[in-house]
Amino acid sequence: MSGFGTLLYKELLRFWKVAFQTIAGPVLTTLLYLLIFSHVMQGQAPVYGAVPYSAFLVPGLVMMAVLQNAFANSSSSLIQSKITGNVIFILLPPLSYWDFFAAYVLASVVRGVVVGAGVLLVSLGFVDLSFEHPLWILAFTLCGSAVLGTLGLIAGIWSEKFDQIAAFQSFIIMPLTFLSGVFYSIHSLPQFWQDLSRFNPFFYMIDGFRFGFFGASDINPALGLAVSTACLLMLAAFTLALLKRGYKLRH
Amino acid sequence: MTPPAIQIQQVHKRFGAVQALCGIDLEVAPGEFFGLLGPNGAGKTTLINILAGLTRADSGNVRIMGHDVIADYRESRRALGVVPQELVFDPFFSVRETLRIQSGYFGLKHNGAWIDEVMHHLDLTGKADANMRSLSGGMKRRVLVAQALVHKPPVIVLDEPTAGVDVELRQGLWEFVRGLNRDGHTIVLTTHYLDEAEALCARIAMLKLGRVVALDTTSNLVNRRDSLYIKLRISGATLPEALVGRVRDRHAGEHTLRLRSYAEIEPVLAHVRESGAQIDELELLQPDLEDVFVQIMNMEKGREGTEERRASSLLSPLAFPNR
Repeated sequence: MSGFGTLLYKELLRFWKVAFQTIAGPVLTTLLYLLIFSHVMQGQAPVYGAVPYSAFLVPGLVMMAVLQNAFANSSSSLIQSKITGNVIFILLPPLSYWDFFAAYVLASVVRGVVVGAGVLLVSLGFVDLSFEHPLWILAFTLCGSAVLGTLGLIAGIWSEKFDQIAAFQSFIIMPLTFLSGVFYSIHSLPQFWQDLSRFNPFFYMIDGFRFGFFGASDINPALGLAVSTACLLMLAAFTLALLKRGYKLRH
Repeated sequence: MTPPAIQIQQVHKRFGAVQALCGIDLEVAPGEFFGLLGPNGAGKTTLINILAGLTRADSGNVRIMGHDVIADYRESRRALGVVPQELVFDPFFSVRETLRIQSGYFGLKHNGAWIDEVMHHLDLTGKADANMRSLSGGMKRRVLVAQALVHKPPVIVLDEPTAGVDVELRQGLWEFVRGLNRDGHTIVLTTHYLDEAEALCARIAMLKLGRVVALDTTSNLVNRRDSLYIKLRISGATLPEALVGRVRDRHAGEHTLRLRSYAEIEPVLAHVRESGAQIDELELLQPDLEDVFVQIMNMEKGREGTEERRASSLLSPLAFPNR
């Protein structure tokens, strides 16, 4: 196997070995959201036409799980390696910064997809869903999880302790995912909050992902994919520059 | 002409206010067993980290088997195996998984036979499928050695591999490393056990505050000492006044006196005899590396400005994180 292939394999094996914590746990938490919110909110929040609230909610929750778990994977893997010191095992071999970047981000994508698929599969037992445009679903899943995997990598590179990762997660990732239209259509918001939501890149990912199911969305999915892809490219360029310099990894 | 195994030219490195390395020049020939000695904060680990690409030098060049550690990092890292000072491990994996993964990072395929052989030599076969967390400190240390060897590097650097390791493992480890050296591997070793360095290393560099303060073959270093010691146990009288200036240690009627040469033995014994004391026991102490080390480090102390020394000894524990 190539160096890149091995690092990817190691990253996959890492979360697979603690699958209760990295897969089963997040799936269960997300299903609890589904159970509670669909019960409380049914008929309360106006969504798209005839789409029932619980059906509206499922894609949002699936995408939220994809994004949060993609972030958690790269960020917690790297910070653990840095704190325990075993990051040197990947700094000593001849891995390039591209290998490093691609392996961590791809493993995050896989973790996001696995958790998202788990949530979706279980939800199908309770909720009827249509799959109008599967390719849009796939495109937003891959792009969104790659964006969050990259953000997780940035957080892992920058942080020196678990506390800082937790801050990144609580003060940036959680608010942005919760306020991205997972639980509501932004058209139900006052104008000011609608406008503000448009500055949240996660909103485009969730909205576009949902379009893949219902063929209806708050904004044009092509625009959403363009915004998400632009985010990915900018973050990737930034992360590659950090890795090339060895920022906080090679002193 | 084969390039030196390690070539270090004018390497400088500063961490904040502390100049960790100030112009290091060193060359290690292929097949050498080389020792890198110095007190804590001398810059040994910083230098090793620069060889390994874990730290980047501010200026200067470093080559492993002729490959620049920055420009040709892939080649230089393939040529180098590093056993780190700290006992690090990945708690997710077993010993075999750890070694397989490490081997994969170097792009090696079908490396199972060599991994088995390394595990066998390091007595790890019985623990191959045990999780890293369950291993004792000594076992974890052996896995670190095995990890450094999975890609059969021609140059192997061991950064204090025997710190906190029991006698049996230490001896086993040295036997193994000696074997690697006999097979042609270049070995660079740092240790605080100077008797180990003396027994193993053919050539030694001593570092102090980021400078090479001594560089010579081990035998030259040991012989360059300009004094030896005589240990006397006397009774019947106290040590004569004339000998007090020579005392290095004294306890319970036992005196260790410094001599400049063997010629001084007779006059010293004459002084003792004239004082009326009786010699109960006498031992000549041969110089060893530890004496040389202490002497060289003290000499360096005298040479520097006191201010600078105080500043760096205050700063170094804070400013030399090992990671």
